[in-house]
Amino acid sequence: MTGNCNKFNTKMSGLRVLVGCKRVIDYAVKIRVKPDKSGVVTDGVKHSMNPFDEIAIEEAVRMKEKKIASEVIALSCGPTQCQETLRTALAMGADRAIHVKVEGKDYEGLQPLHVSKILSKVAQDEKADIVLVGKQAIDDDSNQTGQMTAALLDWPQATFASKIEKNNGNLTVVREIDGGLETIKVNIPAVLTTDLRLNEPRYATLPNIMKAKKKPLATKTASDLGVDLTPRQEVLSVEDPPVRQAGQKVESVEELVKKLQDAGLVPS
Amino acid sequence: NSTLVIAEHTNDKLTPLTLNAITAAHKVGGDVACLVAGTQCSKVAEEVSKVTGVSKVLLADNEAFKGFLPESITPLVLATQQQFNFTHIFAGASAFGKGLLPRVAAKLDVSPISDIIGIKDAETFVRTIYAGNAIQTVKSKDSIKLVTVRGTAFEAAPAEGGSAATENGRGLKNGENFKLLYDLADKLGAAVGASRAAVDAGFVPNDMQIGQTGKIVAPELYIAVGISGAIQHLAGMKDSKVIVAINKDPEAPIFQVADHGLVQDLFKAVPEMTELVPNK
Repeated sequence: MTGNCNKFNTKMSGLRVLVGCKRVIDYAVKIRVKPDKSGVVTDGVKHSMNPFDEIAIEEAVRMKEKKIASEVIALSCGPTQCQETLRTALAMGADRAIHVKVEGKDYEGLQPLHVSKILSKVAQDEKADIVLVGKQAIDDDSNQTGQMTAALLDWPQATFASKIEKNNGNLTVVREIDGGLETIKVNIPAVLTTDLRLNEPRYATLPNIMKAKKKPLATKTASDLGVDLTPRQEVLSVEDPPVRQAGQKVESVEELVKKLQDAGLVPS
Repeated sequence: NSTLVIAEHTNDKLTPLTLNAITAAHKVGGDVACLVAGTQCSKVAEEVSKVTGVSKVLLADNEAFKGFLPESITPLVLATQQQFNFTHIFAGASAFGKGLLPRVAAKLDVSPISDIIGIKDAETFVRTIYAGNAIQTVKSKDSIKLVTVRGTAFEAAPAEGGSAATENGRGLKNGENFKLLYDLADKLGAAVGASRAAVDAGFVPNDMQIGQTGKIVAPELYIAVGISGAIQHLAGMKDSKVIVAINKDPEAPIFQVADHGLVQDLFKAVPEMTELVPNK
Protein backbone atom coordinates (compact mmCIF):
# COMPACT_ATOMS: atom_id res chain seq x y z
CA MET A 1 0.00 0.00 0.00
CA THR A 2 2.89 2.39 0.67
CA GLY A 3 6.49 2.79 -0.34
CA ASN A 4 6.05 4.23 -3.78
CA CYS A 5 5.06 7.72 -2.65
CA ASN A 6 8.43 9.32 -3.22
CA LYS A 7 8.86 7.74 -6.55
CA PHE A 8 5.51 9.10 -7.71
CA ASN A 9 5.89 12.51 -6.13
CA THR A 10 8.78 13.14 -8.44
CA LYS A 11 6.68 12.46 -11.51
CA MET A 12 3.40 13.77 -10.24
CA SER A 13 3.00 16.22 -13.08
CA GLY A 14 2.56 13.51 -15.60
CA LEU A 15 0.88 10.17 -15.43
CA ARG A 16 1.06 7.98 -18.46
CA VAL A 17 -2.35 6.51 -19.23
CA LEU A 18 -2.85 3.42 -21.38
CA VAL A 19 -6.39 3.03 -22.72
CA GLY A 20 -7.86 -0.14 -24.24
CA CYS A 21 -10.14 0.50 -27.25
CA LYS A 22 -12.09 -2.45 -28.58
CA ARG A 23 -13.60 -2.41 -32.05
CA VAL A 24 -17.14 -3.79 -31.86
CA ILE A 25 -20.32 -3.87 -33.92
CA ASP A 26 -21.91 -0.44 -33.54
CA TYR A 27 -24.37 -0.29 -30.64
CA ALA A 28 -27.25 0.74 -32.91
CA VAL A 29 -26.90 -2.20 -35.33
CA LYS A 30 -29.44 -4.98 -35.08
CA ILE A 31 -27.50 -8.16 -34.45
CA ARG A 32 -28.02 -11.08 -36.85
CA VAL A 33 -27.02 -14.62 -35.98
CA LYS A 34 -25.36 -16.62 -38.78
CA PRO A 35 -27.51 -19.49 -40.12
CA ASP A 36 -24.77 -22.02 -39.29
CA LYS A 37 -24.83 -20.81 -35.65
CA SER A 38 -21.09 -20.15 -35.69
CA GLY A 39 -21.41 -16.53 -34.62
CA VAL A 40 -23.02 -13.25 -35.61
CA VAL A 41 -22.84 -11.56 -39.00
CA THR A 42 -19.97 -9.04 -39.03
CA ASP A 43 -19.30 -8.61 -42.77
CA GLY A 44 -20.56 -5.30 -44.10
CA VAL A 45 -21.78 -4.31 -40.65
CA LYS A 46 -20.92 -0.93 -39.15
CA HIS A 47 -18.31 -1.13 -36.41
CA SER A 48 -17.34 1.49 -33.85
CA MET A 49 -15.32 1.86 -30.69
CA ASN A 50 -16.91 0.07 -27.73
CA PRO A 51 -18.93 2.87 -26.06
CA PHE A 52 -17.40 2.19 -22.64
CA ASP A 53 -13.92 2.50 -24.15
CA GLU A 54 -14.92 5.83 -25.66
CA ILE A 55 -15.69 6.94 -22.13
CA ALA A 56 -12.24 5.67 -21.11
CA ILE A 57 -10.52 7.67 -23.85
CA GLU A 58 -12.53 10.75 -22.92
CA GLU A 59 -11.53 10.41 -19.27
CA ALA A 60 -7.86 9.97 -20.14
CA VAL A 61 -7.94 13.03 -22.42
CA ARG A 62 -9.60 15.05 -19.64
CA MET A 63 -6.84 13.94 -17.27
CA LYS A 64 -4.38 15.31 -19.76
CA GLU A 65 -6.30 18.57 -20.07
CA LYS A 66 -6.21 18.86 -16.27
CA LYS A 67 -2.45 18.20 -16.39
CA ILE A 68 -2.89 15.04 -14.36
CA ALA A 69 -1.75 12.93 -17.29
CA SER A 70 1.21 13.67 -19.51
CA GLU A 71 0.52 11.13 -22.21
CA VAL A 72 -2.46 9.09 -23.42
CA ILE A 73 -1.72 5.90 -25.33
CA ALA A 74 -4.58 4.07 -27.06
CA LEU A 75 -4.31 0.33 -27.71
CA SER A 76 -6.48 -2.00 -29.76
CA CYS A 77 -6.14 -5.72 -30.48
CA GLY A 78 -7.56 -7.20 -33.65
CA PRO A 79 -7.53 -6.99 -37.44
CA THR A 80 -6.30 -4.05 -39.53
CA GLN A 81 -9.65 -2.25 -39.20
CA CYS A 82 -8.80 -1.65 -35.53
CA GLN A 83 -6.58 1.14 -36.83
CA GLU A 84 -9.78 3.06 -37.66
CA THR A 85 -10.84 2.69 -34.03
CA LEU A 86 -7.44 3.93 -32.94
CA ARG A 87 -7.65 6.93 -35.29
CA THR A 88 -10.92 7.83 -33.57
CA ALA A 89 -9.12 7.64 -30.21
CA LEU A 90 -6.35 9.86 -31.59
CA ALA A 91 -8.89 12.33 -32.97
CA MET A 92 -10.49 12.50 -29.52
CA GLY A 93 -7.12 13.50 -28.09
CA ALA A 94 -4.95 10.43 -27.47
CA ASP A 95 -1.27 11.15 -28.21
CA ARG A 96 -0.29 7.92 -29.88
CA ALA A 97 -1.63 4.47 -30.59
CA ILE A 98 -0.53 0.86 -30.55
CA HIS A 99 -2.23 -1.66 -32.78
CA VAL A 100 -1.67 -5.26 -31.74
CA LYS A 101 -2.52 -7.14 -34.88
CA VAL A 102 -4.55 -10.29 -34.30
CA GLU A 103 -6.21 -11.92 -37.31
CA GLY A 104 -8.04 -14.98 -38.59
CA LYS A 105 -8.43 -17.90 -36.20
CA ASP A 106 -6.50 -16.07 -33.50
CA TYR A 107 -8.95 -13.18 -33.63
CA GLU A 108 -11.94 -15.54 -33.53
CA GLY A 109 -10.59 -17.11 -30.38
CA LEU A 110 -9.37 -13.89 -28.77
CA GLN A 111 -10.65 -13.65 -25.22
CA PRO A 112 -10.40 -11.07 -22.45
CA LEU A 113 -7.62 -13.13 -20.81
CA HIS A 114 -5.45 -12.73 -23.92
CA VAL A 115 -6.22 -9.02 -24.19
CA SER A 116 -5.37 -8.59 -20.50
CA LYS A 117 -2.00 -10.23 -21.07
CA ILE A 118 -1.34 -7.89 -23.98
CA LEU A 119 -2.46 -4.83 -22.01
CA SER A 120 -0.38 -5.72 -18.97
CA LYS A 121 2.74 -6.36 -21.05
CA VAL A 122 2.35 -3.06 -22.90
CA ALA A 123 1.62 -1.26 -19.61
CA GLN A 124 4.99 -2.50 -18.33
CA ASP A 125 6.86 -1.75 -21.54
CA GLU A 126 5.42 1.75 -21.75
CA LYS A 127 5.78 2.38 -18.00
CA ALA A 128 2.10 3.28 -17.74
CA ASP A 129 0.79 4.56 -14.40
CA ILE A 130 -2.86 3.98 -15.17
CA VAL A 131 -4.60 1.47 -17.40
CA LEU A 132 -8.11 2.63 -18.28
CA VAL A 133 -10.63 0.38 -20.05
CA GLY A 134 -14.40 0.17 -20.42
CA LYS A 135 -16.11 -1.96 -17.79
CA GLN A 136 -17.40 -4.26 -20.50
CA ALA A 137 -17.55 -4.58 -24.25
CA ILE A 138 -21.03 -4.48 -25.72
CA ASP A 139 -20.38 -7.51 -27.93
CA ASP A 140 -19.35 -10.28 -25.53
CA ASP A 141 -20.59 -8.49 -22.39
CA SER A 142 -17.80 -10.20 -20.44
CA ASN A 143 -16.78 -7.48 -17.98
CA GLN A 144 -13.37 -9.07 -17.28
CA THR A 145 -10.48 -7.29 -18.99
CA GLY A 146 -9.79 -4.55 -16.42
CA GLN A 147 -9.92 -6.90 -13.46
CA MET A 148 -7.63 -9.43 -15.14
CA THR A 149 -5.16 -6.78 -16.25
CA ALA A 150 -4.99 -5.54 -12.65
CA ALA A 151 -4.36 -9.08 -11.43
CA LEU A 152 -1.58 -9.71 -13.95
CA LEU A 153 0.12 -6.43 -13.03
CA ASP A 154 -0.59 -6.91 -9.33
CA TRP A 155 -2.06 -3.42 -9.29
CA PRO A 156 -5.17 -2.32 -7.43
CA GLN A 157 -8.38 -2.09 -9.46
CA ALA A 158 -11.24 0.40 -9.40
CA THR A 159 -14.02 -0.98 -11.55
CA PHE A 160 -17.31 0.64 -12.68
CA ALA A 161 -16.01 4.17 -12.06
CA SER A 162 -18.47 7.05 -12.26
CA LYS A 163 -16.03 9.65 -10.90
CA ILE A 164 -12.23 9.76 -10.77
CA GLU A 165 -10.24 12.39 -8.88
CA LYS A 166 -6.54 12.61 -8.17
CA ASN A 167 -5.28 13.61 -4.73
CA ASN A 168 -1.54 13.60 -4.09
CA GLY A 169 -0.28 10.14 -4.93
CA ASN A 170 -3.59 8.37 -5.20
CA LEU A 171 -7.00 8.41 -6.82
CA THR A 172 -10.42 8.72 -5.28
CA VAL A 173 -12.87 6.72 -7.34
CA VAL A 174 -16.64 6.62 -7.00
CA ARG A 175 -17.94 3.23 -8.14
CA GLU A 176 -21.40 2.21 -9.30
CA ILE A 177 -22.24 -0.93 -7.34
CA ASP A 178 -25.38 -2.86 -6.40
CA GLY A 179 -27.02 -0.79 -3.71
CA GLY A 180 -25.67 2.60 -4.76
CA LEU A 181 -22.29 4.26 -4.98
CA GLU A 182 -19.04 3.30 -3.27
CA THR A 183 -16.07 5.62 -2.85
CA ILE A 184 -12.63 4.04 -2.67
CA LYS A 185 -9.06 5.29 -2.51
CA VAL A 186 -6.70 3.64 -4.96
CA ASN A 187 -2.93 3.88 -5.03
CA ILE A 188 -1.19 4.51 -8.32
CA PRO A 189 -0.36 2.56 -10.46
CA ALA A 190 -3.87 1.24 -10.91
CA VAL A 191 -6.32 -0.22 -13.38
CA LEU A 192 -9.63 1.61 -13.76
CA THR A 193 -12.76 0.58 -15.63
CA THR A 194 -15.38 3.07 -16.73
CA ASP A 195 -19.12 3.06 -16.13
CA LEU A 196 -21.75 4.90 -18.14
CA ARG A 197 -21.95 8.05 -16.10
CA LEU A 198 -18.24 8.84 -15.81
CA ASN A 199 -18.42 11.38 -18.62
CA GLU A 200 -20.01 12.22 -21.95
CA PRO A 201 -17.46 11.48 -24.71
CA ARG A 202 -16.74 14.31 -27.12
CA TYR A 203 -17.18 14.07 -30.87
CA ALA A 204 -14.00 14.20 -32.88
CA THR A 205 -13.94 17.44 -34.88
CA LEU A 206 -12.83 17.49 -38.50
CA PRO A 207 -9.57 19.37 -37.77
CA ASN A 208 -8.80 16.84 -35.03
CA ILE A 209 -9.59 13.94 -37.35
CA MET A 210 -7.10 15.43 -39.84
CA LYS A 211 -4.49 15.91 -37.11
CA ALA A 212 -5.02 12.34 -35.90
CA LYS A 213 -3.84 11.01 -39.25
CA LYS A 214 -0.38 12.31 -38.45
CA LYS A 215 -0.15 11.00 -34.92
CA PRO A 216 2.10 7.97 -34.37
CA LEU A 217 0.52 4.53 -34.66
CA ALA A 218 2.78 1.56 -33.95
CA THR A 219 1.93 -1.99 -34.98
CA LYS A 220 2.92 -5.04 -33.00
CA THR A 221 1.94 -8.69 -32.83
CA ALA A 222 1.03 -10.81 -29.82
CA SER A 223 4.20 -12.83 -30.32
CA ASP A 224 6.27 -9.60 -30.22
CA LEU A 225 4.82 -9.21 -26.73
CA GLY A 226 5.30 -12.86 -25.80
CA VAL A 227 1.56 -13.51 -25.43
CA ASP A 228 0.21 -16.93 -26.35
CA LEU A 229 -3.21 -16.68 -28.03
CA THR A 230 -4.27 -20.33 -27.71
CA PRO A 231 -8.05 -20.21 -27.11
CA ARG A 232 -9.20 -21.43 -23.72
CA GLN A 233 -12.78 -21.74 -24.80
CA GLU A 234 -14.59 -23.15 -27.74
CA VAL A 235 -17.82 -21.53 -28.87
CA LEU A 236 -20.14 -24.44 -29.67
CA SER A 237 -23.02 -22.35 -30.96
CA VAL A 238 -24.47 -18.87 -31.22
CA GLU A 239 -28.24 -18.79 -31.55
CA ASP A 240 -31.13 -16.39 -31.59
CA PRO A 241 -32.75 -15.87 -28.23
CA PRO A 242 -36.26 -17.23 -27.80
CA VAL A 243 -38.55 -14.78 -29.54
CA ARG A 244 -41.01 -13.02 -27.37
CA GLN A 245 -44.25 -12.60 -29.24
CA ALA A 246 -45.87 -9.25 -28.94
CA GLY A 247 -49.24 -9.68 -27.31
CA GLN A 248 -52.38 -7.66 -27.64
CA LYS A 249 -53.03 -4.00 -27.28
CA VAL A 250 -55.66 -3.19 -24.71
CA GLU A 251 -57.99 -0.26 -25.09
CA SER A 252 -58.31 0.94 -21.53
CA VAL A 253 -56.92 0.71 -18.03
CA GLU A 254 -60.05 -1.23 -16.99
CA GLU A 255 -59.39 -3.86 -19.61
CA LEU A 256 -55.72 -4.07 -18.59
CA VAL A 257 -56.48 -4.48 -14.90
CA LYS A 258 -59.17 -7.07 -15.68
CA LYS A 259 -56.73 -9.12 -17.77
CA LEU A 260 -54.07 -9.00 -15.04
CA GLN A 261 -56.65 -9.94 -12.42
CA ASP A 262 -57.87 -12.88 -14.50
CA ALA A 263 -54.30 -14.09 -14.71
CA GLY A 264 -53.94 -13.72 -10.95
CA LEU A 265 -51.17 -11.19 -11.35
CA VAL A 266 -52.78 -8.35 -9.43
CA PRO A 267 -55.24 -8.45 -6.52
CA SER A 268 -58.90 -8.58 -7.45
CA ASN B 1 -16.35 -32.41 -9.49
CA SER B 2 -16.33 -30.01 -6.59
CA THR B 3 -17.42 -26.39 -6.64
CA LEU B 4 -16.51 -23.48 -4.44
CA VAL B 5 -19.18 -20.79 -4.26
CA ILE B 6 -17.92 -17.43 -3.04
CA ALA B 7 -20.64 -16.05 -0.79
CA GLU B 8 -21.69 -12.44 -1.06
CA HIS B 9 -22.97 -10.87 2.12
CA THR B 10 -23.03 -7.80 4.35
CA ASN B 11 -21.32 -9.50 7.36
CA ASP B 12 -24.79 -9.82 8.88
CA LYS B 13 -26.79 -11.29 6.06
CA LEU B 14 -26.25 -13.46 3.03
CA THR B 15 -27.07 -11.78 -0.30
CA PRO B 16 -29.88 -13.79 -1.97
CA LEU B 17 -27.90 -14.03 -5.23
CA THR B 18 -25.56 -16.45 -3.47
CA LEU B 19 -28.45 -18.92 -3.20
CA ASN B 20 -28.93 -18.79 -6.98
CA ALA B 21 -25.20 -19.38 -7.44
CA ILE B 22 -25.45 -22.41 -5.13
CA THR B 23 -28.29 -23.82 -7.26
CA ALA B 24 -26.12 -23.37 -10.36
CA ALA B 25 -23.22 -25.09 -8.59
CA HIS B 26 -25.44 -28.13 -7.93
CA LYS B 27 -26.04 -28.47 -11.65
CA VAL B 28 -22.32 -29.12 -12.13
CA GLY B 29 -22.59 -32.17 -9.88
CA GLY B 30 -20.33 -33.07 -6.97
CA ASP B 31 -19.75 -31.33 -3.66
CA VAL B 32 -20.53 -27.69 -3.12
CA ALA B 33 -18.48 -25.71 -0.64
CA CYS B 34 -19.10 -22.09 0.26
CA LEU B 35 -16.51 -19.48 1.22
CA VAL B 36 -17.63 -16.72 3.57
CA ALA B 37 -14.99 -14.00 3.82
CA GLY B 38 -15.64 -10.91 5.87
CA THR B 39 -15.31 -9.16 9.19
CA GLN B 40 -17.30 -10.60 12.11
CA CYS B 41 -19.37 -12.58 9.70
CA SER B 42 -19.90 -15.85 11.59
CA LYS B 43 -23.66 -15.26 11.46
CA VAL B 44 -23.46 -15.50 7.67
CA ALA B 45 -21.48 -18.72 7.86
CA GLU B 46 -24.21 -20.14 10.07
CA GLU B 47 -26.86 -19.04 7.59
CA VAL B 48 -24.96 -20.67 4.72
CA SER B 49 -24.51 -23.89 6.66
CA LYS B 50 -28.31 -24.28 6.67
CA VAL B 51 -28.62 -24.04 2.91
CA THR B 52 -29.54 -27.39 1.38
CA GLY B 53 -26.71 -29.07 -0.43
CA VAL B 54 -23.81 -27.04 0.92
CA SER B 55 -21.46 -29.70 2.22
CA LYS B 56 -18.78 -27.42 3.59
CA VAL B 57 -18.62 -23.83 4.78
CA LEU B 58 -15.25 -22.12 4.89
CA LEU B 59 -15.20 -19.06 7.12
CA ALA B 60 -12.46 -16.42 6.84
CA ASP B 61 -13.09 -13.73 9.43
CA ASN B 62 -10.55 -10.93 9.38
CA GLU B 63 -10.24 -7.15 9.48
CA ALA B 64 -8.40 -7.45 6.17
CA PHE B 65 -11.68 -8.23 4.40
CA LYS B 66 -13.32 -4.94 5.36
CA GLY B 67 -14.91 -3.44 2.29
CA PHE B 68 -14.84 -6.83 0.50
CA LEU B 69 -12.12 -5.56 -1.83
CA PRO B 70 -11.04 -7.95 -4.60
CA GLU B 71 -7.41 -7.13 -3.78
CA SER B 72 -7.81 -8.64 -0.30
CA ILE B 73 -10.15 -11.53 -1.12
CA THR B 74 -8.25 -12.79 -4.19
CA PRO B 75 -5.25 -14.15 -2.20
CA LEU B 76 -7.70 -15.92 0.13
CA VAL B 77 -9.50 -17.61 -2.76
CA LEU B 78 -6.16 -18.64 -4.25
CA ALA B 79 -5.01 -20.14 -0.96
CA THR B 80 -8.35 -21.93 -0.60
CA GLN B 81 -8.06 -23.30 -4.13
CA GLN B 82 -4.52 -24.52 -3.46
CA GLN B 83 -5.71 -26.41 -0.41
CA PHE B 84 -8.91 -27.96 -1.83
CA ASN B 85 -8.38 -28.17 -5.60
CA PHE B 86 -11.89 -27.35 -6.67
CA THR B 87 -12.86 -28.05 -10.28
CA HIS B 88 -15.18 -25.00 -10.35
CA ILE B 89 -15.30 -21.64 -8.62
CA PHE B 90 -18.64 -19.78 -8.83
CA ALA B 91 -19.84 -16.36 -7.75
CA GLY B 92 -22.97 -14.35 -8.42
CA ALA B 93 -22.81 -11.93 -11.36
CA SER B 94 -23.08 -8.82 -9.19
CA ALA B 95 -20.73 -5.86 -8.81
CA PHE B 96 -18.95 -7.95 -6.14
CA GLY B 97 -18.68 -11.15 -8.17
CA LYS B 98 -17.79 -9.37 -11.41
CA GLY B 99 -15.07 -7.44 -9.63
CA LEU B 100 -13.56 -10.44 -7.89
CA LEU B 101 -13.84 -13.50 -10.10
CA PRO B 102 -11.85 -12.30 -13.15
CA ARG B 103 -9.08 -11.17 -10.82
CA VAL B 104 -8.86 -14.67 -9.34
CA ALA B 105 -9.09 -16.20 -12.82
CA ALA B 106 -6.13 -14.23 -14.18
CA LYS B 107 -4.04 -15.34 -11.20
CA LEU B 108 -4.93 -18.96 -12.01
CA ASP B 109 -4.37 -18.35 -15.74
CA VAL B 110 -7.97 -19.31 -16.47
CA SER B 111 -10.37 -17.68 -18.93
CA PRO B 112 -13.50 -17.01 -16.89
CA ILE B 113 -17.09 -17.30 -18.12
CA SER B 114 -19.31 -14.37 -17.17
CA ASP B 115 -22.96 -14.16 -16.32
CA ILE B 116 -24.13 -17.65 -17.28
CA ILE B 117 -27.81 -18.45 -17.77
CA GLY B 118 -27.44 -22.21 -18.17
CA ILE B 119 -25.20 -25.22 -17.60
CA LYS B 120 -25.09 -28.00 -20.22
CA ASP B 121 -22.46 -30.09 -18.49
CA ALA B 122 -19.50 -29.55 -16.17
CA GLU B 123 -17.54 -27.69 -18.84
CA THR B 124 -20.24 -26.25 -21.10
CA PHE B 125 -22.10 -23.08 -20.22
CA VAL B 126 -24.77 -20.91 -21.81
CA ARG B 127 -24.64 -17.13 -21.68
CA THR B 128 -26.01 -14.12 -23.51
CA ILE B 129 -23.99 -11.81 -25.73
CA TYR B 130 -24.87 -8.55 -27.52
CA ALA B 131 -27.24 -7.40 -24.79
CA GLY B 132 -29.20 -10.63 -24.93
CA ASN B 133 -29.65 -10.53 -28.71
CA ALA B 134 -27.74 -13.79 -29.11
CA ILE B 135 -27.22 -16.84 -26.92
CA GLN B 136 -23.76 -18.39 -26.84
CA THR B 137 -22.92 -21.92 -25.75
CA VAL B 138 -19.29 -22.10 -24.76
CA LYS B 139 -17.07 -24.97 -23.69
CA SER B 140 -14.20 -24.26 -21.34
CA LYS B 141 -10.87 -25.97 -21.96
CA ASP B 142 -9.35 -24.78 -18.70
CA SER B 143 -8.76 -27.32 -15.93
CA ILE B 144 -10.56 -25.08 -13.43
CA LYS B 145 -13.77 -23.32 -14.44
CA LEU B 146 -14.41 -19.85 -13.07
CA VAL B 147 -17.95 -18.70 -13.60
CA THR B 148 -20.28 -15.89 -12.57
CA VAL B 149 -23.97 -16.75 -12.39
CA ARG B 150 -26.94 -14.64 -13.46
CA GLY B 151 -29.33 -14.82 -10.52
CA THR B 152 -32.56 -14.67 -12.51
CA ALA B 153 -31.59 -17.73 -14.55
CA PHE B 154 -31.41 -20.13 -11.62
CA GLU B 155 -34.04 -20.77 -9.01
CA ALA B 156 -33.79 -20.20 -5.28
CA ALA B 157 -33.89 -17.27 -2.98
CA PRO B 158 -36.64 -14.76 -2.49
CA ALA B 159 -36.63 -12.56 -5.57
CA GLU B 160 -35.61 -9.00 -5.05
CA GLY B 161 -38.63 -6.86 -4.27
CA GLY B 162 -41.37 -9.48 -4.61
CA SER B 163 -43.33 -10.73 -7.55
CA ALA B 164 -43.66 -7.68 -9.76
CA ALA B 165 -41.51 -4.83 -10.91
CA THR B 166 -42.78 -1.52 -12.13
CA GLU B 167 -40.36 0.35 -14.22
CA ASN B 168 -40.21 3.79 -15.61
CA GLY B 169 -38.18 5.92 -17.88
CA ARG B 170 -37.85 9.42 -19.15
CA GLY B 171 -41.57 9.51 -19.80
CA LEU B 172 -41.83 10.52 -16.19
CA LYS B 173 -40.85 14.12 -16.35
CA ASN B 174 -39.16 14.47 -13.02
CA GLY B 175 -38.17 12.60 -9.91
CA GLU B 176 -41.25 13.63 -7.99
CA ASN B 177 -43.49 11.95 -10.51
CA PHE B 178 -41.94 8.68 -9.46
CA LYS B 179 -44.42 8.91 -6.59
CA LEU B 180 -47.08 7.90 -9.11
CA LEU B 181 -45.27 4.66 -9.61
CA TYR B 182 -44.48 4.05 -5.99
CA ASP B 183 -48.19 4.34 -5.22
CA LEU B 184 -48.97 1.67 -7.81
CA ALA B 185 -46.00 -0.47 -6.79
CA ASP B 186 -47.14 -0.33 -3.15
CA LYS B 187 -50.51 -1.70 -4.12
CA LEU B 188 -49.01 -4.49 -6.17
CA GLY B 189 -46.25 -5.28 -3.68
CA ALA B 190 -43.79 -4.50 -6.45
CA ALA B 191 -40.31 -3.07 -6.72
CA VAL B 192 -39.52 -0.04 -8.84
CA GLY B 193 -36.69 0.02 -11.34
CA ALA B 194 -35.61 2.63 -13.85
CA SER B 195 -34.21 3.09 -17.33
CA ARG B 196 -30.80 4.55 -18.05
CA ALA B 197 -32.44 7.80 -19.14
CA ALA B 198 -34.14 8.20 -15.77
CA VAL B 199 -30.91 7.48 -13.91
CA ASP B 200 -28.84 9.78 -16.13
CA ALA B 201 -31.36 12.55 -15.58
CA GLY B 202 -30.76 12.17 -11.86
CA PHE B 203 -34.36 11.19 -11.08
CA VAL B 204 -33.34 8.02 -9.27
CA PRO B 205 -30.08 6.46 -8.01
CA ASN B 206 -27.89 4.39 -10.30
CA ASP B 207 -28.60 1.05 -8.63
CA MET B 208 -32.18 1.24 -9.89
CA GLN B 209 -31.03 0.93 -13.49
CA ILE B 210 -32.24 -2.15 -15.32
CA GLY B 211 -30.56 -3.20 -18.57
CA GLN B 212 -27.47 -4.53 -20.31
CA THR B 213 -25.15 -2.76 -17.91
CA GLY B 214 -27.42 -2.55 -14.91
CA LYS B 215 -29.61 -5.04 -13.10
CA ILE B 216 -31.24 -8.02 -14.76
CA VAL B 217 -34.71 -8.78 -13.44
CA ALA B 218 -37.28 -11.44 -14.29
CA PRO B 219 -40.38 -10.96 -12.16
CA GLU B 220 -43.81 -12.56 -12.68
CA LEU B 221 -45.18 -9.21 -13.81
CA TYR B 222 -43.22 -6.33 -15.27
CA ILE B 223 -44.93 -3.04 -16.01
CA ALA B 224 -42.90 -0.77 -18.26
CA VAL B 225 -44.19 2.75 -17.78
CA GLY B 226 -43.04 5.44 -20.18
CA ILE B 227 -40.25 3.13 -21.38
CA SER B 228 -39.42 3.23 -25.08
CA GLY B 229 -37.58 -0.11 -25.01
CA ALA B 230 -34.04 0.31 -26.36
CA ILE B 231 -32.29 -3.05 -26.90
CA GLN B 232 -29.83 -2.29 -24.10
CA HIS B 233 -32.82 -1.88 -21.86
CA LEU B 234 -34.78 -4.94 -23.01
CA ALA B 235 -31.72 -7.01 -22.07
CA GLY B 236 -32.52 -6.35 -18.44
CA MET B 237 -36.16 -7.37 -18.36
CA LYS B 238 -37.30 -9.44 -21.30
CA ASP B 239 -37.27 -12.71 -19.34
CA SER B 240 -40.09 -11.42 -17.15
CA LYS B 241 -43.12 -13.74 -17.24
CA VAL B 242 -45.68 -11.11 -18.21
CA ILE B 243 -44.77 -7.71 -19.61
CA VAL B 244 -47.17 -4.78 -19.62
CA ALA B 245 -46.25 -1.59 -21.48
CA ILE B 246 -47.87 1.77 -20.96
CA ASN B 247 -46.64 4.39 -23.40
CA LYS B 248 -48.31 7.17 -25.32
CA ASP B 249 -46.17 6.46 -28.39
CA PRO B 250 -47.80 3.55 -30.27
CA GLU B 251 -44.52 2.99 -32.19
CA ALA B 252 -42.41 2.47 -29.03
CA PRO B 253 -40.36 -0.74 -29.45
CA ILE B 254 -41.43 -1.90 -25.99
CA PHE B 255 -44.79 -2.89 -27.53
CA GLN B 256 -42.98 -5.54 -29.58
CA VAL B 257 -42.23 -7.56 -26.46
CA ALA B 258 -45.20 -6.62 -24.30
CA ASP B 259 -47.97 -9.12 -23.61
CA HIS B 260 -50.39 -6.30 -22.88
CA GLY B 261 -49.83 -2.90 -24.41
CA LEU B 262 -51.75 0.21 -23.50
CA VAL B 263 -51.27 3.28 -25.67
CA GLN B 264 -52.04 6.04 -23.24
CA ASP B 265 -50.43 8.88 -21.35
CA LEU B 266 -48.89 7.40 -18.23
CA PHE B 267 -49.96 10.38 -16.12
CA LYS B 268 -53.54 9.40 -16.80
CA ALA B 269 -53.17 5.61 -16.90
CA VAL B 270 -51.04 4.99 -13.81
CA PRO B 271 -53.25 6.80 -11.26
CA GLU B 272 -56.27 5.15 -12.84
CA MET B 273 -54.68 1.76 -12.48
CA THR B 274 -53.72 2.45 -8.86
CA GLU B 275 -57.33 3.39 -8.26
CA LEU B 276 -58.71 0.23 -9.88
CA VAL B 277 -56.47 -2.29 -8.14
CA PRO B 278 -57.93 -3.12 -4.74
CA ASN B 279 -55.70 -3.23 -1.69
CA LYS B 280 -54.21 -6.62 -0.96
